[in-house]
Amino acid sequence: MPEPVLSAAHIDKSFLDNKVLDDVGIDLMPGEIHALLGENGAGKSTLIKILTGAYTHDAGTILLDGKPVHPRDTKHAQEMGVGTVYQEVNLLPNMTVAENLYIGRQPLKFGLVDNRKMERDARALLSRYQLNVDVGSQLDTYSVAVQQIVAIARAVDISGKVLILDEPTASLDQHEVEVLFGILQRLKADGLAIVFITHFLDQVYEIADRATVLRNGRRVGSRAMADLPRMDLVTMMLGHAIADTHALRIGGGRQPGGLFASFKDYALAGKAAPFDLDLHEGEIVGVAGLLGSGRTEMARLLFGIDRPDSGELTVKGKPCKLREPRDAIALGFGFAPEDRKVDGILGDLTVRENIAIALQARQGWTRPLSQKAQVDLADRFVRALDIRTTGIEQPVKFLSGGNQQKVVLARWLATNPKLLILDEPTRGIDVGAHAEIIRMINSLCDQGMSLLVISSELDEIVAYSSRVLVLRDRAISGELRGAHISVGAIVKMIAMQPEVQDA
Amino acid sequence: MSRPLRSFIKPQFIALALILLLNWILFPGFFNLFFRDGRLYGSLIDVLNRGAPVAILAIGMTAVIATRGIDLSVGAVMAIAGAVAATMVGDGHPLFLVIMAALAAGLVCGLWNGSLVALLGLQPIIATLILMVAGRGIAQTITEGFIVTFNDPGLIFMGSGSILGLPTPIIIMVTLAALATAAFRLTALGLFVEAIGVNRSASTYAGLRSRALLIGVYTFAGFCAAISGIIAAADIRGADANNVGLWLELDAILAVVIGGTSLMGGRFSIPMSVVGALIIQAMNTGILVSGFPPEFNLLVKAALIIVILVVQSPLAGRIWYFIAPSRKRPPPSSPAETPATSTEGTLK
Repeated sequence: MPEPVLSAAHIDKSFLDNKVLDDVGIDLMPGEIHALLGENGAGKSTLIKILTGAYTHDAGTILLDGKPVHPRDTKHAQEMGVGTVYQEVNLLPNMTVAENLYIGRQPLKFGLVDNRKMERDARALLSRYQLNVDVGSQLDTYSVAVQQIVAIARAVDISGKVLILDEPTASLDQHEVEVLFGILQRLKADGLAIVFITHFLDQVYEIADRATVLRNGRRVGSRAMADLPRMDLVTMMLGHAIADTHALRIGGGRQPGGLFASFKDYALAGKAAPFDLDLHEGEIVGVAGLLGSGRTEMARLLFGIDRPDSGELTVKGKPCKLREPRDAIALGFGFAPEDRKVDGILGDLTVRENIAIALQARQGWTRPLSQKAQVDLADRFVRALDIRTTGIEQPVKFLSGGNQQKVVLARWLATNPKLLILDEPTRGIDVGAHAEIIRMINSLCDQGMSLLVISSELDEIVAYSSRVLVLRDRAISGELRGAHISVGAIVKMIAMQPEVQDA
Repeated sequence: MSRPLRSFIKPQFIALALILLLNWILFPGFFNLFFRDGRLYGSLIDVLNRGAPVAILAIGMTAVIATRGIDLSVGAVMAIAGAVAATMVGDGHPLFLVIMAALAAGLVCGLWNGSLVALLGLQPIIATLILMVAGRGIAQTITEGFIVTFNDPGLIFMGSGSILGLPTPIIIMVTLAALATAAFRLTALGLFVEAIGVNRSASTYAGLRSRALLIGVYTFAGFCAAISGIIAAADIRGADANNVGLWLELDAILAVVIGGTSLMGGRFSIPMSVVGALIIQAMNTGILVSGFPPEFNLLVKAALIIVILVVQSPLAGRIWYFIAPSRKRPPPSSPAETPATSTEGTLK
């Protein structure tokens, strides 16, 4: 049995009276990929922040190569060998790839930065990851996937013992995930200990050797993946068994009602090829496609964020025009955007205000919702969606990602929408909340709302859609209905040759 | 709505009280008030009266800063409004028209700033810098390069008259602060402005008219600046395009920051900005009456700013959190946010 490279035991951490970690431990072996799992708020992030020196622990020990360590800050932890890549890649998008790799430790020549050597080193470093990019280009000219690899390369280069990846696959498409996993396998073979945090259980089974599950700040257990059945794992995470959402097919038998909105020949140069889209009452339309296939661009057009070059919209038979989101909201549309931090939540404002804002905006500034009306509204949705918060007056930025998503959802549900557009509604959300959101989506549509859901999780789309649109190269490349909807059929349509597409 | 007395105790009030106390120690007659010719006199009244122009600027500036903007042009707009008023009253136009024209000039200036920020997407600091530089030129063009003086009693009343025994500027300041607070807090405007300041993109997606609101707050700031300009001109009975309101935009920004509104936008409080302006003026007046050389003023001001900003800093908030045992709150929310929200609570 090899010695663990990093071993944390009996870690306690409290924020004032609130104990967020209670006697938690984790052992990381060299050359293993270790999944750290748990629902939102289970304590994963806190544990990671303690290991990387962002927080200090109240009690417990951390052994690195058998010696006790006390990381003072992230830099200290990095120097000792523990590097982290966060979900939102924390690099500098406006600097070059090479500068990002070597910032803070640039090679010097006569006291000046030796750019040539830096770029040479950067190329050599990235070639090990089989990443062939121009290291002199600005980082943000590359995709998130490339940026992620750059971040990993930097972290491994600096630290080299333990690599912690916080939801690295959240914004990657299938192919990019494979590339990333290839890299992880190689790093593992080099003897690195890798901690992998994710919400995608499929990926855990694909890549991880062992998993540690946390729940409510305690360690439920650490098990080898090989003898951990999927249902056992989910039960460990939730503390009780849930119905397997993958087996859930709720959309297929749905009978859509009358025509609600009809987009004709909608197009925007460079963003969306002309498309027709009819949305019916009580219908759930799933939109599938690879990253960059024009899913989000389509949603932005439908909600009036971008104006189309051409095309007509009729809602309930009446011609309409969308100049800005307000117009769409006036027609009863709602939109929960993909990037909730940037476009969704109002971080400094309270949960109450975040939930009330869309309804208030529609009512206009002259007719304010009373304090009581806002409190009632917020209380109702906090309860209905099980939003975990210390109170409705808590600033929403302190909520976990999944709960922020629920707040954005609540904001739109409060307006009683007729058409709700959800862009990646379950991204970064744990299994329990996931099922809950799908159930809610379903019951809303029973009441006549129509729904357009964009998701990169095909299982999910298959589970609730009554119709699936497949996008490729910024155009609708096909449509599936009822019993024809399956993951296999969608994948086939995404991979289809362009000649046979019916747009 | 009941709330603990504690939430009324804010660093700004403590600072104001300390400065007034210090003034009293240095100048024992500081709190003396006397009544003559139908109006109150005294150093305290002086603080309110002299502080009014900056306080009025700060009212408009608060809304702008809450949207994560800034308005550097308000001092220059004061000069424009003063020039318009002085020139028109000299030409014999009726007072009502004169005031309306001066206010309209302020509105147009604000509209210009707002359009640059909201429609062209310029950064507020640059957008308003344009008018800060050009404004005094415009004002000089209006006065044709002279200091235009006037003797119209109606206009002079705006600066040195009195209503109910109090100087007119004080009445204007209090009325405007009350009206503006009501306009923001009894409607949803306050929430909308805060929402835009926190996250403009998310606010637009939620259906707010971000552009119109932005133009609105800059226009309001221009309007406030025009009022200040009229008062300043009336006070010296003339329009001095070069010097009226000089550097007052910085005092106004300072007043807003002292009042607790963050330059990062979001939560704001108009009454606290007025308190901030009064803190600055109390210092100015104190140094004047206690016989220190005026240049001393700048140093003391800087020192006070440091003290107040340190007291308001997140670090101090955390320290305050631990030494105040009765304020048990959940870990993430910082205590600094509590007073801001509770202020709104009482207004609703």
